[in-house]
Amino acid sequence: MMLEETKKATYTIPVGPIHPALKEPIRLALTVDGEEIVDVDIFVGHVHRGIEWLGMNRNNPIQSIYVSERICGICNICHPFAFVMAVEHATGITPPPRAEYIRTIIAEMERIHSHLLWAGVAAHEIGFDTIFYLTWRVREEIMDLIEYVTGNRVTKAMFQIGGVRRDITEEQFPRIRQSLDYYKSLFDQLKRVFLDDKTIQMRTKNVGILKKEDALKLLTVGPSGRASGVPKDVRQNQPYAAYADLDIKVTTPDILTGTVVGDVYDRIIVRLLEVKQAIEIIEQCLEKMPPGPILAQPKTALLLKTLTKAEGEGIGRAEAPRGEVVHYVRLEAGQSTLATWKVRAPTYVNLMSAPTILKGMQIADVPIAFASLDPCLSCTNRIVVTDRATGQKSVTDYEELHRLSVEKTRKLQR
Amino acid sequence: MSLKAFKRALWVYHLNTGSCNGCDIEILAVLTPRYDVERFGIRLVGSPRHADVLLVTGPVIKQMVPRVKRIYEQTPDPKLVMVVGNCGIEGGVFYESYNLAGPVDQIIPVDVYVPGCPPRPEAIIHGVAMAWVKLEKAEQGVR
Repeated sequence: MMLEETKKATYTIPVGPIHPALKEPIRLALTVDGEEIVDVDIFVGHVHRGIEWLGMNRNNPIQSIYVSERICGICNICHPFAFVMAVEHATGITPPPRAEYIRTIIAEMERIHSHLLWAGVAAHEIGFDTIFYLTWRVREEIMDLIEYVTGNRVTKAMFQIGGVRRDITEEQFPRIRQSLDYYKSLFDQLKRVFLDDKTIQMRTKNVGILKKEDALKLLTVGPSGRASGVPKDVRQNQPYAAYADLDIKVTTPDILTGTVVGDVYDRIIVRLLEVKQAIEIIEQCLEKMPPGPILAQPKTALLLKTLTKAEGEGIGRAEAPRGEVVHYVRLEAGQSTLATWKVRAPTYVNLMSAPTILKGMQIADVPIAFASLDPCLSCTNRIVVTDRATGQKSVTDYEELHRLSVEKTRKLQR
Repeated sequence: MSLKAFKRALWVYHLNTGSCNGCDIEILAVLTPRYDVERFGIRLVGSPRHADVLLVTGPVIKQMVPRVKRIYEQTPDPKLVMVVGNCGIEGGVFYESYNLAGPVDQIIPVDVYVPGCPPRPEAIIHGVAMAWVKLEKAEQGVR
């Protein structure tokens, strides 16, 4: 009887799409019973820009590299990385070994910047702005290094099909090592700040638990999955670029604590350890980098000709800071654009874990628990088709309805 | 421009209309210690009702049009709209996409444009300073 009454009393709180706790537009419908969250529904599609369509209708494959870079402003190395690997797989172009090492170095630089960015945002979500500012100050060092190596802070434009566009020369090594040493000297301090602080422990321990079974069932990828004890990492499981030559092990929280809980605290541990791992990978790359050319075909016009003639399909998999990103392309002979381009970003699968994580928690824990997945919505929003025939909820608003109605009237008038 | 031009604090509200995050993280970088615009009194607020300036990023996605209009109406006068990034100015790399409702200035009036994909933090600070000058002039015109 009591249960019946409380069930009736549930209330749905809409969050977003524009909301101060969310950095990107997404709409969450939280069904709450008092303070406890009973159910969560997620609506995406506010950042859908039709990128795959552009690659299939407007751009040639080389131009698509730069569009793929703009899928996400944070992971704008891993998307072109997976994309060029997919095209190389389809066409049989092999990048020279030096290019593979340069790709690995910048991919790991991106991981450092992305994880530090996440750590800052997570601290901000629990209201610990001092740490947010501290982490972002520390992050500027890697931004400087990225600018030094690639020429730009955010969109790096380093990738080309069959290699990279800029070389990392011997003269640049001391500057790179200087930045890596800076992070190595800071690592213990960062570890103390994030893992030993009482406030952070109180807000993150046993919050937003995702058990290993659930993570396996929901196909959680990346650091969120590894924090639940799923030893999944493309860099180790299916090494690409130079990762096969390097010493890489999957990072799980039990390396540091001995147990796997799968809570927000464990996700912090995994990301911190991965920053350290990324530094070690860059150091190994600098030592082992072979000399040689950086492009398989330096002439863009010739490369474009090969791509227009090429036929076949390919898959590129890369380990983004948020998890596994997969690009699929199909090329048809005589067609200047891609015949098919499909992107599967890590957040797309990780969002499915969000309802499991949020259920049973308090409303105040939503920002940190949701942010702990490191959702990147601009990667995710690819679906525009709403199935109205099956009676599914459609997110049309008044203006859209009005437009549809006007269109129908015009059609009938003809 | 000299620093004495900053006579009062300028509060900005950040509105993402479908941006790729590139500009958004640069806006956050502007607020954090390296660039630290809070020393000029510029700060990010959580509600458009508290803001003087709307920082708009992204090429407006169709689903976001009513939200952008509503946020614009919620911002009190005198207000300014500042577009950060190429895609909000003229579509950028997405300009022919089927899901764009056009650049920001086709939805709401825009005062300051900051080009770049993404713009450097220095450019964003310069844009806010330009917005401040414009806001001051608008206020003088009202009086």
